Amino acid sequence: MQRAVSVVAHLGFRLQAFSPDLCRPLSFAQDVLRRTPLYDFHLAHGGKMVAFAGWSLPVQYRDSHTDSHLHTRQHCSLFDVSHMLQVKGQISLFLPGRAGGILDDLIVTNTSEGHLYVVSNAGCWEKDLALMQDKVRELQNQGRDVGLEVLDNALLALQGPTAAQVLQAGVADDLRKLPFMTSAVMEVFGVSGCRVTRCGYTGEDGVEISVPAVGAVHLATALLENPEVKLAGLAARDSLRLEAGLCLYGNDIDEHTTPVEGSLSWTLGKRRRAAMDFPGAKVIVPQLKGKVQRRRVGLMCEGAPMRAHSPILNMEGTMIGTVTSGCPSPSLKKNVAMGYVPCEYSRPGTKLMVEVRRKQQMAVVSKMPFVPTNYYTLK
Amino acid sequence: MAIMRAVLCSLCAVPAPAAPCLLRAWQLGAGVIRTLCTGLALLSVCKFIEKHEWITTENGIGTVGISNFAQEALGDVVYCSLLEVGTKLNKQDEFGALESVKAASELYSPLSGEVPEINEALAENPGLVNKFYYEDGCGSCL
Repeated sequence: MQRAVSVVAHLGFRLQAFSPDLCRPLSFAQDVLRRTPLYDFHLAHGGKMVAFAGWSLPVQYRDSHTDSHLHTRQHCSLFDVSHMLQVKGQISLFLPGRAGGILDDLIVTNTSEGHLYVVSNAGCWEKDLALMQDKVRELQNQGRDVGLEVLDNALLALQGPTAAQVLQAGVADDLRKLPFMTSAVMEVFGVSGCRVTRCGYTGEDGVEISVPAVGAVHLATALLENPEVKLAGLAARDSLRLEAGLCLYGNDIDEHTTPVEGSLSWTLGKRRRAAMDFPGAKVIVPQLKGKVQRRRVGLMCEGAPMRAHSPILNMEGTMIGTVTSGCPSPSLKKNVAMGYVPCEYSRPGTKLMVEVRRKQQMAVVSKMPFVPTNYYTLK
Repeated sequence: MAIMRAVLCSLCAVPAPAAPCLLRAWQLGAGVIRTLCTGLALLSVCKFIEKHEWITTENGIGTVGISNFAQEALGDVVYCSLLEVGTKLNKQDEFGALESVKAASELYSPLSGEVPEINEALAENPGLVNKFYYEDGCGSCL
């Protein structure tokens, strides 16, 4: 079992439109979308396919978005997240940019096999790969023995309170010994060479299974045989992660936000803060010590849903910030959102207003996660 | 100026045919008395307009709704906002909005008129928008 060193939680997807297509490989024609190994499987199960970050992915299946979302919180759901970039290599990665902005959020696992395993956003595929390849070249020029390999694996996320129980039926390892943010390689429902990591993007207990592409359909089929499991798509993935207070790269965090502004200082370890040996340190470390101009906060309101780009106002009606993502919460039956406001307005309980549909609506700064998380930590 | 009675919903094969029509959102035109209607009574004349809204007319009163395609594309409606009683509208003016978890859609008036009454039920129970749609499928009406 290996520790997965989390940089930040990972990927969601853009709500209104897919991200600018920085990630289409040159060999593909303009309008061709990439397909995961489960493309036909999705169609066979009634998946409604949409274009996302250059991939054709299911936004939902036959169940409504709300039903799919609630099923995940009460049972478990299976998501195909194979569009994310998976690499393995013997390199160290820093992903703050030089000016302190966040280039991507991803998860790095320090495996016991002598390499790192990294999963990052599909929307940042080319950017991240270029960065990592540059780093490999630099280290190789210094005589270091490093390499980088893009994995031809599917990635399946099984998330929900019954996910572990469903998975246990197909693995020999005792999953009670695989806590949150740890990872192990094992045979899963007869497919060997799968890496199972206890993590996810929903706030629930669950795993992400990196499975060799040839075994993906078999594994998905086996998991779906359990009546606890239903397929879920990008729509549910987004509302689940927002309820869990998890950022969507490109909306809630991007190259213009620092980890401190993003309320993500926990990702910067003590040693690094002292050594200041990462790109962007000159901007970020002072922010850790002093104040930042603005912070990411959670917001809740009734009435019309807050959406990305909705202005945030103080009680005097002055615009003080902007919503970066928002939706009606199926679990809470209220509207939830994330946005950036100046520090003095960031305390939970602070009353603010959000402009929705040309009207000013009362909102309140709320702690995140909006819905309690259920990560399997051994405490 | 045409007088309109607007129904903010797509109508379906009503599972309980005897149920009174709760779906009327608002009416345009002064002095119109709201009458109960069943889904089928509104099928008499049906015209579809560009943005997946349909309109029927009956005795000079127009009724507007959204198509089954639109309510399916929207998904579970969680929020519904409509104009206040007494508002005067021109054709193409926005008269309300529907929102689901993932999507939002404005509603545009196909005619000019005045709103004499609104249906409170939809503000409190927006999910009604999804529950009712034309039995024969709105696509066949022209």
